[in-house]
Amino acid sequence: MSEIINFDHASATRPLDEVAKSMQPYIRDLYGNPSSLHLEGQKIKDAIDKARAQVAALINASPEEIIFTSSGSESNNFALKGVAFALGKKGRHIVVSEIEHFSVLQAARSLEKLGFEITKVPVDSNGLLDPDDVKKALRDDTILVSIMHANHEIGTIEPIREIAGIVKARDILFHSDGVQTVGSVPVDVKDMNLDFMSLAGTTFYGPKGSAALYIRKGSRINPLIDGGTQENGRRAGTENVPGIVGMGTAAEIAARDMTMRVDFVTSLRDHLIESLESKIEHVSLHGHRTLRLPNNVNFGFEYIEGESILLMLGTFNILASSGSACTSRALKASHVLLAIGVSHAIANGTILFTLGIDNTKNEIDLLVEKLPPIVERLRMMSPLYKK
Amino acid sequence: MNTPYSEKVMDHFMNPRNVGEIEDPDGIGTVGNPSCGDIMQMYIKVKDDVIVDAKFKTFGCGAAIATSSMATELIKGKKIDEALEITNEQVTQELGGLPKVKRHCSVLAEQALQSALDDYYKKKGVPSPIKLKSEEEMEHDEAHDE
Repeated sequence: MSEIINFDHASATRPLDEVAKSMQPYIRDLYGNPSSLHLEGQKIKDAIDKARAQVAALINASPEEIIFTSSGSESNNFALKGVAFALGKKGRHIVVSEIEHFSVLQAARSLEKLGFEITKVPVDSNGLLDPDDVKKALRDDTILVSIMHANHEIGTIEPIREIAGIVKARDILFHSDGVQTVGSVPVDVKDMNLDFMSLAGTTFYGPKGSAALYIRKGSRINPLIDGGTQENGRRAGTENVPGIVGMGTAAEIAARDMTMRVDFVTSLRDHLIESLESKIEHVSLHGHRTLRLPNNVNFGFEYIEGESILLMLGTFNILASSGSACTSRALKASHVLLAIGVSHAIANGTILFTLGIDNTKNEIDLLVEKLPPIVERLRMMSPLYKK
Repeated sequence: MNTPYSEKVMDHFMNPRNVGEIEDPDGIGTVGNPSCGDIMQMYIKVKDDVIVDAKFKTFGCGAAIATSSMATELIKGKKIDEALEITNEQVTQELGGLPKVKRHCSVLAEQALQSALDDYYKKKGVPSPIKLKSEEEMEHDEAHDE
């Protein structure tokens, strides 16, 4: 079988060799508990401290502002519920956007059941938030605003600095889900004026199960996991040492190679967008054309359904993902696409290609060669398509 | 590549039988809607109470296309009253099964067939013995079967 061509980096990236190598000693040989005084506990604690500094440097934070978690979803839940539990007596109102990741939306929904009120700010047809809409949503009892830095499906990068300015002027805590941006584009939490930011090692060639929440010094938040004093008392439980060490390595390399990576992946992205738009009729690019993640290409293909496209691409070992109801377990079309006004029919015919540093121009060219006949073939089968 | 489908489903998806339209058909059935992600259109040609040709056009996932293909294969050469007896379970079985989440696609294939046969009776001016069910009713029946 020939090599897999991965255009689904939003789901997972392949950990770098250096990452795997750095994790190796901590999988078996250095198995001690970092909280122990014996079994080289201190050596392991030092490794965690090093990783904390590496991750902090990636986003211009201080090491003590990084709390390791198990996933981007945990970090998002931690930010929303942790702030709600800490400030619930002060206020019960939380603002999010309509296109947040499910881990923000579902956490907000859980809080709603506990008596919190949630306002969802809409986005325009490019998926862009108007900072003024956030301003209008703020109330005297608002305790937290959570707006993602960039969207995981359509790649639109939100004006976070401007929104943070508005929110902070009202002395309200501000969280941004940076899972799609940290490690992929330059992020500076100080410059952006954030109180909290979620990030995940899986998106920047680190291991699964490695993620973090940036907590600005002095920001009020309660732990979700109570117990020991790990992570400065903010998240109990023995640390995922190999994962943390691996993410630290991945963060250091991401910071070092940032400009090169952004330039390379952006060039692949633009080449793919231009090629598909020139070769296939009745396609629409979803998301903002320029305020866009370097790795994101999201197209709606009219008259056909996404899973069928993915299955046919799969026969060439090309992997991507879809906004189609048929590919989701819930059989629902993507809430992000519906929020930007895409019809159900086109949402069901949407394919998301997320590129990465291990892709090549040849792979893009192969996709550009294979996809048009697939689209044509499926359109010829479609009762909606009249040539 | 790994897919959620059996080899037979993938065969009918990659090499669907009877794709297209029939000019001047004796019955057409169209079911589904784009918001669910599936639309099936089935055409039949009937001679002396026997389905001599069947074709389909489908907007939908792999399971929707494969079940359309299999359903048209099953009815070709069958008498009308035999075709009336074909159920979604039968189509699924012939395909070697479908993932649970995709069962509704086979329901759609049965509906498309029933709808085409109903249209055939109407065109002929004969009272149709078919009681067309909505998809909700079919899903409901299926839920009770399990």
